This record gives sequence, structure tokens and C-alpha cells, in this order.
Amino acid sequence: MSRDIKIKKGLNIHLKGEAEKTLSKAPRAQVFALRPENFHLVTPKLTVKEGAKIKAGEVLFYDKNQESVQFVSPVSGTLKSIERGPKRVITQLVIEADAKDEFLTHKPLDLEKADRETIKAHLLASGCWPFIMQRPYHIIARVDKTPKAIFVSGYTTAPLAADLDFTLIGKEVELQTAITALSKLTDGSVHVSVGRDSNSPLRGLSDCVVHDVSGPHPAGNVGVQIAQINPVNKGEVVWTVSAQDLVIIGELLRSGKFNAERVVALSGSCLDAPQYYTTKIGSAVEPMIQEAQLSEAHSRVISGDVLTGGTVGHEGYLGYYDNTVCVIPEGDDYEFFGWNKPVFDKVSTSRALTFSWLQPKKKYDLTTNTNGEHRAFVVTGNYEEVFPMDIYPLQTLKACMVKDLDQMEALGMYEVAPEDFALTEFVCVSKQPHQRIIREGLDLMYNEIG
Amino acid sequence: MALKETLHNLKEKYKGQKMAPAFNAIHTFLYAPNETTHDGTHIKGADDLKRTMNTVIMALVPCLVFGMFNAGYQHYMAIGQGVAAGGDFFSTAFWNWDNLVFGAWKVLPLVAVSYIVGLTVEFIFAVIKGHEVEEGYLVTGMLVPLIVPVDIPLWMLSVAVIFGVVIGKEVFGGTGMNILNPALTIRAFLFFAYPTWMSGDKVWVAGAQERASQIAAGMELDSISGETILGSLAQNKAAGYELWDMFLGFIPGSVGETSTFLILIGGLFLVFTKIGSWRIMLSAVLGALVMGMMFNGVVDAGWIDSSSKFYSLMSTPFWVHLIIGGLAFGIVYMATDPVTASQTNKGKWIYGFLIGFISVLIRVFNPAYPEGVFLAILLMNVFAPTIDHYVIQANVKRRMNRLKVKNA
Repeated sequence: MSRDIKIKKGLNIHLKGEAEKTLSKAPRAQVFALRPENFHLVTPKLTVKEGAKIKAGEVLFYDKNQESVQFVSPVSGTLKSIERGPKRVITQLVIEADAKDEFLTHKPLDLEKADRETIKAHLLASGCWPFIMQRPYHIIARVDKTPKAIFVSGYTTAPLAADLDFTLIGKEVELQTAITALSKLTDGSVHVSVGRDSNSPLRGLSDCVVHDVSGPHPAGNVGVQIAQINPVNKGEVVWTVSAQDLVIIGELLRSGKFNAERVVALSGSCLDAPQYYTTKIGSAVEPMIQEAQLSEAHSRVISGDVLTGGTVGHEGYLGYYDNTVCVIPEGDDYEFFGWNKPVFDKVSTSRALTFSWLQPKKKYDLTTNTNGEHRAFVVTGNYEEVFPMDIYPLQTLKACMVKDLDQMEALGMYEVAPEDFALTEFVCVSKQPHQRIIREGLDLMYNEIG
Repeated sequence: MALKETLHNLKEKYKGQKMAPAFNAIHTFLYAPNETTHDGTHIKGADDLKRTMNTVIMALVPCLVFGMFNAGYQHYMAIGQGVAAGGDFFSTAFWNWDNLVFGAWKVLPLVAVSYIVGLTVEFIFAVIKGHEVEEGYLVTGMLVPLIVPVDIPLWMLSVAVIFGVVIGKEVFGGTGMNILNPALTIRAFLFFAYPTWMSGDKVWVAGAQERASQIAAGMELDSISGETILGSLAQNKAAGYELWDMFLGFIPGSVGETSTFLILIGGLFLVFTKIGSWRIMLSAVLGALVMGMMFNGVVDAGWIDSSSKFYSLMSTPFWVHLIIGGLAFGIVYMATDPVTASQTNKGKWIYGFLIGFISVLIRVFNPAYPEGVFLAILLMNVFAPTIDHYVIQANVKRRMNRLKVKNA
């Protein structure tokens, strides 16, 4: 029952510094880190002590709220330090990596014979479970719930993000294994989306329904695809897995090794040679950025794409779920009469002396400047132009801000994740923090409704 | 750039102090701030509220300039020293120094008072409440002088502006929170507090009041009658102006609302820049036309005859309603205020339609005060949240039904 998904509303933001489609092996970083903040609502309980020798795939900590969910080390080495922030919250586990990884091996799983519980137990024990996210709430999947369907997006539309058609080349076998395993975890189907006319490695997979997607960003967001294929209703759960994480799951099921290797797009206008690199989860980004020739020191390093990623800094580490690292210029400078002069070098959805509508294909060099100050919501109707879901974005945001749980539920909060509000945040004239508002709203609902 | 550094240092110095919002308002007027994103999207679109408001002001400037010329033109025509422009938009009988000098002398003080008083109130509230000065008043301050009679005393305008900004906006929490359009709140205040200055035949042409009091004092002068077209029609008199004059704006009226031609251009500019809602504008025009057609139909059916006091207005061809009175101005610049209008796209259709519809209804049935658009917009401002509620409920129901179908 494959469906063509055509998205009309949205906005493609073309930025300078797109990664060139050549793949190199990134120099192996000496330090790696796992940051518990990547795992929303997880309370880490450590199972190792500082200074311990660990293998790749060995458990570092588990979630206090769901003890079976374990988080494993991406590399082998020594746990150098456990860094803590305010209230002794663990901010990161820093691992000094060995020159060569030594793996903790699990038994490969025979998927033909394995039943749902066996597969679940295997994914939990091996540390692959955190790759599975759930909606509602956009958190790591609850072990006790069975999803009505599982969704994988193989279509990339976010600015500067890694092109999955490129990063997944040659991984068909692992992808198929992972999809087959996932298909046994749901009563419904696994839905995989690929770009229309693309030769995505995901296209030929079996045990799943493949959908052709076309349209501007956020057409590649899995939330938009869920809304088109099988929207989440109250009381239902769906799972989502990033396509690049299927590779890790697939390899684990086949070889028994948790191989955290991942193809990452290193992009952004502050790099002279942006391109793709093979690296590992948690790797320090600095060696890789060196390779790609940093041209502007006053820049921001983002793990993830420029709309949804997190600032990690030049000394930071690749996030657990990210397959993109962007380096863009910081914009902490004043602009003389910036509010009324004609604008040719920034992206806008209006035509209020902003001229990006003249050249829809032009590539821009955007900085981190907010282009204006934070205000109350004033303008209406501009979010809807870039928000292709049957949800009222402004009203949903306001419901979250006033913590009106009934209204949030009625307006469709079960269907959304913060990333779905990234474009509305980008175009917001009042410079409101949409993704934060939605995240806080989801957290409130999770705590109050569960 | 030395100025940039100096201002930056001052900003750092004032940070956290009481006067910071006042300083920042001036600073950000000169320089777009150096703020960077923290969480969420790392890049942001080019538009901010200042740019949005500035676009509306740009759309209003032609109306202001025309209003200045028209103030002079109407004055000289009324005292018999003018030459009729005769339906030619570029006529030098209209666009000349005499008209401009007289008009500017009358109109610029209104603009100055509106901005100075209004922004002072805004600054005071910003400093007291410790938030940034928001840009809403930039547009309001421009709208106010354009929707009042040219001869209005400046103290009246000041009182009304203070009332409008404080009661119409600040008590609700400032820009973005208000229920009623602040500019129209100011106009409503003027209308109900000083009705003799806001209607009748002595206020629309500069100098008419003065002339009337001189006559009353015994001077032998011809009185100036500056009746608006709606005023004439409400009294079952002929409109007294050619259609082209009405469309181009060579008629008495509030300062900036007479030229439907320029308003049309401003409206198209707002729609093109995507700052004004085309849905509201289009549906309001449709609403006015439908109501006008209904009245025409009543006249055509012979249900009323020329003895009725509503006859003149009812028999006005339905489309003429668009070019007389403040309807066009209200539709383009006031109904589209995003804060007080409906906020959903479907709601905007209903909201706009009813504004047009009710405007013409009030206009025809209220001979005492023949302009209805400001009352219609204020009324629909109040109902906009209700309209949105029902539009959103439809979405909510759809979501509930999805669940029901599933469980059935």
C-alpha cells in the first residue's frame, strides 16, 4: 500500500558549504564522549567507574526510569572522566580511545527463528535500543509499548544535512537485516520513505512499505511523513529510527558487534573543503574539521543540521543521533539600519524588501544572527506556509506556553516533535524559540499524562 | 566604525538598568542587534517585527502625502480659490505648492503629536515593566493622523492617543496581546467623546470650523460646507462628486482615507510583500459588495421608494460603496492588523467578509453617523477569537473522528 507523498508547503534553505560527495576516513580522534543530554528524559545510572578499561559495545550506563535500556561505548579505551554540571548532572563521559577498537561481541541473531521478545531483548542488551525513538513525546521508545507502525525517513531535505542516498551506499544488507528485525516488532508495517526519482539504497528493501516523497523541507522529516501515512492518535505509539542507525542495528544483528561507525556530512560555509567522512558516534569533531580546512575561526560548530542540531563547539563531539556536522559563521555583529534596508543576502519568506524570492536557487551564507529581537507573537499566517501538517502551529505553541494540557492534546501534540517546528522557528518574525516551547510542552504532557 | 563601538559600550553599561529598554529602542533603531541564536534553529529568517511594521508604513506614505495635498486642495476649493482637478490624477490643480504647504502645516502636527505622545506612553510602559519597546505603535502612530478629520484639535488627539495606547493595548500586555485595534480604539474614543468634532459638515475641510465661528461672531463671510459624500447621501442629497474624483480621492474626508486609488496600490503592495492578508482584504471587499447588492436589490424590487430616508444610500450602486468613505482604508490597513484579526486562514475569510458586510450595513442604517467601517472592524475584533475557536474546533473534531473511525 505504498503511497506517493507530495508536500507543497515548506521552504528549502540553500546554504553555501554543502558537503562534496566524496568520502574519506576521518582521522581517528583520541577522545570520544557520550553526552546524556542527547537522550532526552533519560536519567543515567553509571555502571563503570572512572579509569575503567572498556570495550566497544560495553555498557556505560542505563536509564534509571527504564532499567533495561542501556547505553554502550562506541569505542574501546579508558573512561577518562565523568564530567558533571549543576546539581551533579552528568554532562559527558569522556573516553580515551585505543588505537584500534576491541569489540564486545554478542551472538548473531537468526532472524528467521527469532520472535518479538528475543529481538527486543537482543537490541536492549546490545545497546541498540536507544536508536529507536517513539512518538508521542519524541523520546527513546518505551520498552513496554508496541508500536502501531515504524517509520524510517530516507529522504533528506534539511539545509546542509547529510544526503542519505549517499551515506547509505553499499549498506543494503545491513539495512535489510535491520528492517526485517523491526518489522517483527510491530503489528503494523515498517514504512520507509525515499526521495522520488532517487536511487536510494532503501528503495529495494523488502519487509517494509516504501513511499516516494517529494517536496521542499520539511518533506524529509519523519513527522511529516507519519502525518501523511498513518498519523498518531491519542493512546497510540509509533516508532521512528534514523536511516543511518539502521546500519548499526543491522551490523549488530549480523555480526554481533556494536560498530558505531557512521558516514557524516561535514558542511558549512566556514570550511574550505566540506565533504563526507566516516567516523564514529561520539568522536571529537576537531580532527575532522582540521581535515576539511577551517577557514573562519569565529564560527559555530553544530552537531546535526543548522535547524535542529546542537552547538557543540570546536572541542565538541559528534552527537549520538547526528550524521551531520555544520560549521557556520557566528553573527554577533551589529548591522547598520539592518531592520529597514533592502536585504539580498538573507533568506526570507516575505517580500518586505527582502529579495530571496527573486533567486530561489541561490546559495546563502547565513550567520547565527537572530536578525531581530524577541517579541510577542504578532504576525499570523506565515507559519502555515512552511508547516505541512494538519495542525495549527501558532495555536499549538500558545497552548504549550500557557500549559493548557487539554488544548495541547486536542491540537495534535501527540503527532509532533520539536524538529517539526524548526521551520516555523526559522521564519518567525517574533523570534520565538518554537522548538524549546514544543519540547517543554511535550515534557509537561509526558509528566502529567504519561 | 566608532559609533557602533560607542553604542555597544553604552548598551553594556546600561544592561539590566531601568532605562535599558529606552536606550535599546533607540539603539536597535540604528543598528540591528548583535544577538545570536542559542538553542533551536541556528539560523533565522531575515524578517523581524521592525521590518514588518516598516513595510506597512511604506504602504501608508502615499496616503499621507496625498492627504497633505488634499487638505490644502479641499480648503482652497471650499473658499473658492481652487481649481477643480477634474478627474485627472496628475492635475497641477491638485499637486501644487499652495496645497502642499497648507496641507503639510495642518497634517504634520497631527503626525508629530500622534508619534510623540504615543511613543512616550510606550517608552514609559517599557521602562516600568522592563520589556523592550515593541514596534506596534510605529504603524498605529501613522494610522491615527490618517483617520481623523484634519481640523481636530491637537489636545484632543493627545488625549485620545493616551487612552488608546493605555486602555487599548498596554493594559492587555502590549503589542501582540491587545484585543482591539489600537488606532481604531483611538478613533472610537474621539468619536464618542467629541462627536461634534468627528462628524457633520464642519470638520472635514480645514478651516470650516474657524469660518463658522467667525460667521457666528458677525463677520460677513461665506460659510464653508465640507460635507462628505456619505454625509450627503445620508441626508438623501446627491453625492455631489464625480466617480473619478471619488476614486482618485479629490473629496473631503479624514486625512488619508480619501484616495481609493492609492489605497489600492498600498493594498497590492502589502499583499505582494506578504505582510497584509489578501484573504481578509478580498473577503471584506466581497462582503461589502454582497451587502451593497442586497440593498440595491431592495430598491430594485420597489420595497422602498425615494421618500425613505435610507433611499440614497440604499440605491447607491453596490460597487460605489468601495470608493466612498473609509471602507477601503479600513479594509486594507486596519482589518488586516494580524493581532486583532482572526489568526487562522479560514477564520480570516469569515472575519473579512463580515467586516465588509457589516460596514455597509451600518453605513446605510445609521444616518447619524454614516461611516460604519471602524465600528464594524472593532466589532469583528471582538468576535475574531470566537471565529478562530470554531475554525480550530473543526480541526480538533477531525482529529477525534480519526480516532473514532479507528476504534469503530
